[in-house]
Amino acid sequence: MIPELGHIALILSFCLALVLGVVPLLGSYRARPDWQALARPLAVGQFVFVLLAFLVLMQAFVAGDFSVAYVANNSGTQLPLIYRISAVWGAHEGSLLLWVLILSGWTLAVAVFPGPLPAHTLARVLAVMGLVSVGFQLFVLLTSNPFSRVLPWPPAEGAELNPLLQDIGLVIHPPILYMGYVGFSVVFALAIAALLEGKVDASWARWSRPWTLVAWVFLTLGIALGSWWAYYELGWGGWWFWDPVENASFMPWLLATALLHSLAVTARQGVLSSWTLLLAIGTFSLSLLGTFLVRSGVLTSVHAFASDPARGLFILLFLVVVVGSSLLLFALRAPAVAVRWRFTLLSREMFLIANTAVFSVACATVLLGTLYPLMIDALGLGKISVGPPFFNTFLVPLTLLAAFMLGLGVVTSWQQGRLQQQVRPLCGTALVSCAAGALVAFVSNEAFEVRVALVMTLVVWVVLMSLGALVSQSRREADRLLVGLGRLPGRVWGMHLAHIGLAVVMVGILMVSLHSSGKDVRMKPGDQLQLEGYSFRFEGVRRRPGPNYIANYGSLRIVGPQGVPMLMHPEKRLYTASRSVLTEAAIVPGLFRDIYVALGEDLGEGAWAVRIQIKAFVRWIWGGALLMALGGALCVASRCRQRRGQTSAAPSADAAAASLAAGQSADAPLAAQVARS
Amino acid sequence: MKSARRQRLALLFFIVFGAGSALGLMLAALDENANLYLSPAQMRSGEAPVGIRLRGGGLVVEGSVHRDPDSLAVAFQITDGAGTVDVHYKGILPDLFREGQGIVVTGVLDEDGQFRAEEVLAKHDETYMPPEVKSALETASSTRAESASRPSGDPADDSASTPGAGAVL
Repeated sequence: MIPELGHIALILSFCLALVLGVVPLLGSYRARPDWQALARPLAVGQFVFVLLAFLVLMQAFVAGDFSVAYVANNSGTQLPLIYRISAVWGAHEGSLLLWVLILSGWTLAVAVFPGPLPAHTLARVLAVMGLVSVGFQLFVLLTSNPFSRVLPWPPAEGAELNPLLQDIGLVIHPPILYMGYVGFSVVFALAIAALLEGKVDASWARWSRPWTLVAWVFLTLGIALGSWWAYYELGWGGWWFWDPVENASFMPWLLATALLHSLAVTARQGVLSSWTLLLAIGTFSLSLLGTFLVRSGVLTSVHAFASDPARGLFILLFLVVVVGSSLLLFALRAPAVAVRWRFTLLSREMFLIANTAVFSVACATVLLGTLYPLMIDALGLGKISVGPPFFNTFLVPLTLLAAFMLGLGVVTSWQQGRLQQQVRPLCGTALVSCAAGALVAFVSNEAFEVRVALVMTLVVWVVLMSLGALVSQSRREADRLLVGLGRLPGRVWGMHLAHIGLAVVMVGILMVSLHSSGKDVRMKPGDQLQLEGYSFRFEGVRRRPGPNYIANYGSLRIVGPQGVPMLMHPEKRLYTASRSVLTEAAIVPGLFRDIYVALGEDLGEGAWAVRIQIKAFVRWIWGGALLMALGGALCVASRCRQRRGQTSAAPSADAAAASLAAGQSADAPLAAQVARS
Repeated sequence: MKSARRQRLALLFFIVFGAGSALGLMLAALDENANLYLSPAQMRSGEAPVGIRLRGGGLVVEGSVHRDPDSLAVAFQITDGAGTVDVHYKGILPDLFREGQGIVVTGVLDEDGQFRAEEVLAKHDETYMPPEVKSALETASSTRAESASRPSGDPADDSASTPGAGAVL
């Protein structure tokens, strides 16, 4: 009976979403405030009912109600509680329900914190989100109902959750990733509403920024978590595979990063609005594309469509409708919102625009590499796959280009940069960066490698320029450096922190590709192996039962260069319910290197295949991503505080806006902005 | 005004030129880095190019797996029903590698028709069939059983739709 309640709740929330998508929108055109006012209560109602449906499904998992087909396929009596809860989003139906829940959550957030949005704009924004929700709920109800039953004879035992997903990384990874994906629906809805109104200005961009930033922070964390999970759970020791599923999350991230920078330009003078709008539409479209590609199984082959034609077709139609209608709207209305440019070639705007272009090109590359095999297959030209070399060929130079312009951008003034005055310090920094890069290339390798020098130069460049910008900005605040640094608003710190995060990621990627070594060997108990100054002694494998699996529990004794012995225990687990085997790697983490050991297969007579790897600097990749996310979070926090201050001191903000519009010298708006915060 | 228009034209030219050359470069790089997929039957018939990195897939033939007793070298055969190819690999096989399982190999076909694999992949769900393998099996079985009213029951038919299979890898 309870699962039916969940189903009914979902149907009710679908009805509410339908009303939300239609009535407030009509109300905004017919100037009916009462219709517009319906949007907020409807958003609340929708959230409540979706939450109800979600909780019902969770209850079915916790209670082990195997009469529900989805539960029977993805849970079991021996599954630990935490994985029974996370199994809710462990497969297709439930993860779509999570999507809908998070979408209605974001809708609720907009309804609760409407900020300075006028009533009719808010009505339109919520209505657009309602329409997106309609599509998804229809998809869930028609093709992927998580509440369908196996009656009258339910199985006594479930098929259990895929062992790979029985892991803490996969408990938190999907919700966080979806928070990011779905979060872009807010800026998408804001963009559509702006297009409908034909009005995009600086205040629109300022209002869109925190929403985009929050979603971006979540997506950054989600991708980093996914990479970390793949590293320790798949047993390969790789952290990124250019797998289509990874690309599906990376594409919206790239475009969202471009969007954030484009929003920064639009937020100052209202310029570049068409580009910003296009990026907003593109980001959310790629989120949709990503979710659907992953969830429909289209990615591995177009033929996977045949496995469930209804799902594939619905997906394709929905994508075409959303992307097509928003692009059509853009084509019809975008010229109406174009504004004249008011800055010179050497201004921060120009560098930001150039960087959005770089990120867009990067995104297009990944999109092409991901979809090309599908197109070739669909055209009947054969089956191919695109490997990592393709992606690396483009993404590495693009990243370096972005890093170079980032360094220039953070020290250039808005509107009218005077690079001539800065030639001397700029050259100084460039020289120091080159020297440091070359030094690292000499020290870290036996042979001098140009790519190492190049990457490290740009890493140092980004860090020095960011630090330099921090120092010079703090000098403007106060004479004493520390006092000035303390007075800098959080968003300045956040921006530089995120940029330094990029540098950290670059170091990680370079070093892990350069200084990692590994061996796959056959080892009998007592065998020894030397690698990078560590000695590995295989002590054998014994059986050890877990809650729902039996493990082959390996032991290796490691002696490092410092002579401290360690024991590592890689496992090979056999999950009893699903009879599937899973490798559980053992890792000794470190700031500069990870020791990574995984068991291969049993070769008989006590001998095992063992994978031993030393991964240099691999933590820096996720650490850098964390820095980026932290930087983003700081920006959000400081902007929220700023806005709260703004509402109490509106006149000064107006004054600042006026000085902006007047196009005064670069420093004046900055001072005004600082005064505002 | 005039200079503004010229500026816009220059920008337009720049964008078109940039986008065009970027697209050209990308397509060239794609052609270089794309790995062709070929079925064991195609490799057998000599359709497959020799010495070029490519992908193949099929079911691991029962009883064909031979391990070298002193190293991690392993040899096995894969089949799509219409053809069988010997595969040589050195390293650790994936968790789900076993006889009768559908797998995908990446590597080079040598002149003797032996496949030197650099990578062996088995999808992370044991009921999952790599789509390429599935389609190769289907092609093979439909050509074989042309007279039969129905292609022999393909065990992969409903397993490929296993929820979440695509989400794992």
